[in-house]
Amino acid sequence: MSLKIVVLAKQVPDTRNVGKDAMTPEGTVNRQALPAIFNPEDLNALEMALEIKDRVPGSTITVVTMGPGRAAEIIRDSMFRGADNGVVLSDRKLGGSDTLATSYAISQAVKKVGKVDIVFGGRQAIDGDTAQVGPQTAEKLEIPQITYAEELIDVTEKDITIKRRLERGVEVVKAQFPLLVTAHASAKACRFYNAKRVMKYKKAFSKSEAEANGFDTNLWNQFPYLKIEEWNAADVACEDDRIGLAGSPTKVKKIDNVVLSQKENVTLEPTDENIDSLVKQLIDTHIIG
Amino acid sequence: MANFFDDNEGLKFQLSNPMMEEIIRLKERDYADYGKYDYAPKDFEDALDSYKRVLSLIGEITGEVLANNAESVDNQGVRIEDNAIIYADGTKENHQKLTDAGVYGLSLPRQYGGLNFSYVPYVMAAEIVSRGDCGFANIWGLQDCAETIYEFASDEIKDKFLPMINQGYTCSMDLTEPDAGSDLQSVRLKATFDEENNCWRLNGVKRFITNGDADIKLVLARSEEGTTDGRGLSYFVYDRRDGGVTIRRTENKLGIHGSPTGELVFNNAPAQLVGERKLGLIKYVMSLMNGARLGVGAQSVGLSEAAYREALQYANEREQFGKPIINFLQVREMLAKMRAKTDATRALLYETTRCVDIYKSYEAISKERKLEPAERQTLKTYTRLADMFTPMLKLFSSEYANQNTYDCIQVYGGSGFMKDYPCERMYRDARILTIYEGTSQLQVVAAIRGVVSGGYLARIKEYEGMEVDAKFAEMRKTLAQLTEDFAACVEKINGFGSTSEAHEFNSRRLVEMAGYIIMAHLLILDANRDEQFMDSAKIMTKMAQEKVAERKSFIDNFDPEDLESYKNITK
Repeated sequence: MSLKIVVLAKQVPDTRNVGKDAMTPEGTVNRQALPAIFNPEDLNALEMALEIKDRVPGSTITVVTMGPGRAAEIIRDSMFRGADNGVVLSDRKLGGSDTLATSYAISQAVKKVGKVDIVFGGRQAIDGDTAQVGPQTAEKLEIPQITYAEELIDVTEKDITIKRRLERGVEVVKAQFPLLVTAHASAKACRFYNAKRVMKYKKAFSKSEAEANGFDTNLWNQFPYLKIEEWNAADVACEDDRIGLAGSPTKVKKIDNVVLSQKENVTLEPTDENIDSLVKQLIDTHIIG
Repeated sequence: MANFFDDNEGLKFQLSNPMMEEIIRLKERDYADYGKYDYAPKDFEDALDSYKRVLSLIGEITGEVLANNAESVDNQGVRIEDNAIIYADGTKENHQKLTDAGVYGLSLPRQYGGLNFSYVPYVMAAEIVSRGDCGFANIWGLQDCAETIYEFASDEIKDKFLPMINQGYTCSMDLTEPDAGSDLQSVRLKATFDEENNCWRLNGVKRFITNGDADIKLVLARSEEGTTDGRGLSYFVYDRRDGGVTIRRTENKLGIHGSPTGELVFNNAPAQLVGERKLGLIKYVMSLMNGARLGVGAQSVGLSEAAYREALQYANEREQFGKPIINFLQVREMLAKMRAKTDATRALLYETTRCVDIYKSYEAISKERKLEPAERQTLKTYTRLADMFTPMLKLFSSEYANQNTYDCIQVYGGSGFMKDYPCERMYRDARILTIYEGTSQLQVVAAIRGVVSGGYLARIKEYEGMEVDAKFAEMRKTLAQLTEDFAACVEKINGFGSTSEAHEFNSRRLVEMAGYIIMAHLLILDANRDEQFMDSAKIMTKMAQEKVAERKSFIDNFDPEDLESYKNITK
């Protein structure tokens, strides 16, 4: 038994370390000022996929990312950690895609990868925080989905059992392949690189990287594992009116920088009853839990 | 995201030493593995890039995992359960993460699953790991045993044991016994050949064995019945899975709590002979010991780095009398000297390591083909230099690690005496460094040979001849004067005869004089390549001036009759 796994990953600006030039005067993210990183929850997803690979030897992991050519960086990063290969879905036509258009393009790419047992992805990306792309991709692939995955409980040749992290507790669910799973930040952190994999895959590159840096693509004949696939919209049979701005009904009018401030104080005597009611109130208002 | 390689300019600087190109070329046999192994480098740039990436990986694991676990490991310690030593939870995690990252067997050849890195990055890894958790550095560092197996054991033993290293099997070197500490010639653990099972059988007790419950043990034992000295000892490799060893106890120690120290009883334990009989102590252990001393050097520099950073941060944050305490010059001087001592011993550490790198490679090459006369000469030169530098490095780095952790607590003041900050743990961890793998006193016994033979003096003269910018002229002039003073002291003490009590009594003073001058020279050479070491070079030169003068004064005024007081008072 072996499983074919796809991990959806995104290279995002590191919004966790925001400096004062992080936003443009127009209120959009200033991508130049922020380092590009592997979206954190996608790393949780990759770890879950790698755990399956550990448990089911012979399984393969293909990482799919949509973005500019430099997104190949996170494919290499994934290969350093244990992924087998990856694809960068890159096309100017894909620029401006909202979650609807993005999930369409990604579902087309997953179809091109072939018959896949599990598609993993992070719950959401830190630049958009929509948590929509994973579920929408599952819908377009017409497969079931398990969201908010926190822990891989079991995997067999036909199904997977996963613990979900919900607002007020956890839920253990089982689903048959094929399916899509989105990982929650509370899931296991992704493993470190492996030294030999770093040395093996550090020279992997994509077509656009070869063009930009003058790398010799003949190397791919000698060492096929060094090729990072790069597909455009046509390669994955995207219809032009369903991608990019044309395929995106969402229009961002304005982004505000909202600063939350404390408005009221409550002072409680430290009694058991008071603490109990405070915790209940905090859970009810979704502040904790 | 803490990364103990990426944040350390001193390490990156040492990795950029011009000798690295030749060191890596030799280690890689002109890049012969390229194409044979998918992770083998194509050329120097490729190899150096891999070194940096893997050191950065080790730096990340150390910064993110080891350093965070250090406190709980120190509190939890180790225990014995079902005749097995159980590591602290943090130690288990440290070991697992490093194993999963595939970084054990860093310097072993690729055919045994190793990364085939040269010694410089291997020692850097030890330094990095030690900065995170000084005690864990032992478990990490004992992979050195694999080097001994690689150099001296049969192919059969190599094929069995060496691939285990990269998979995370641990090692120990079992030398010490209740009556054989510094004096290993007195080892009594008995090895007898079992004809029926075609193996050796070990019987006896080993004490103070670091990582005593390791999977792979190298055991020094008496194979020649009736002998009483080092010539009757042989070296054996033992596989834990074969049984026959009882863990009698683990020691309750001052420091390095995560590193188990065990007392072991060998009861007919099966083992295989490493190399030839009778060469156990005189050849193999001596070789292993040199590697271990280099390891303690790395451990010491790593701990010094950790102590300096702790102290520096606190001195900037802690305010008294309305200002951060770093602005008081007595505190400032302590910190500056900590930095200079760390830089100086790091310079000595990698100067030594580069020599080890070159001679180890030539030694390995000499087993593959006959060396050219020039290559033989290079092998000889660097072996001599490595032998000369190693005890000096062990002496100074371990003493400085103790001084630096002591000063770290001093900077912290009362808070440093409490268990709330890591500095008290570092202080306790440092204490063993001047003791194990040969005490400071034994390092002096080894290093004094370089004084008597004129080896240190000759090397100092070589440093003097290396071209540097004119701005170093003043410092060089100071050192030249100190070197004259050193030579005069050597001459006076040699006059008493190299086996005299007067010589023995003053040997540490002479070794230290050479050490101060050498470290100052090395920092000048480093500063000539990179301005960041300028202040350390200046401070070390000042320190050399002070320390050499003190020793010179003692020796100038020394009379062999003085010794009587030292004997009488301690009667």
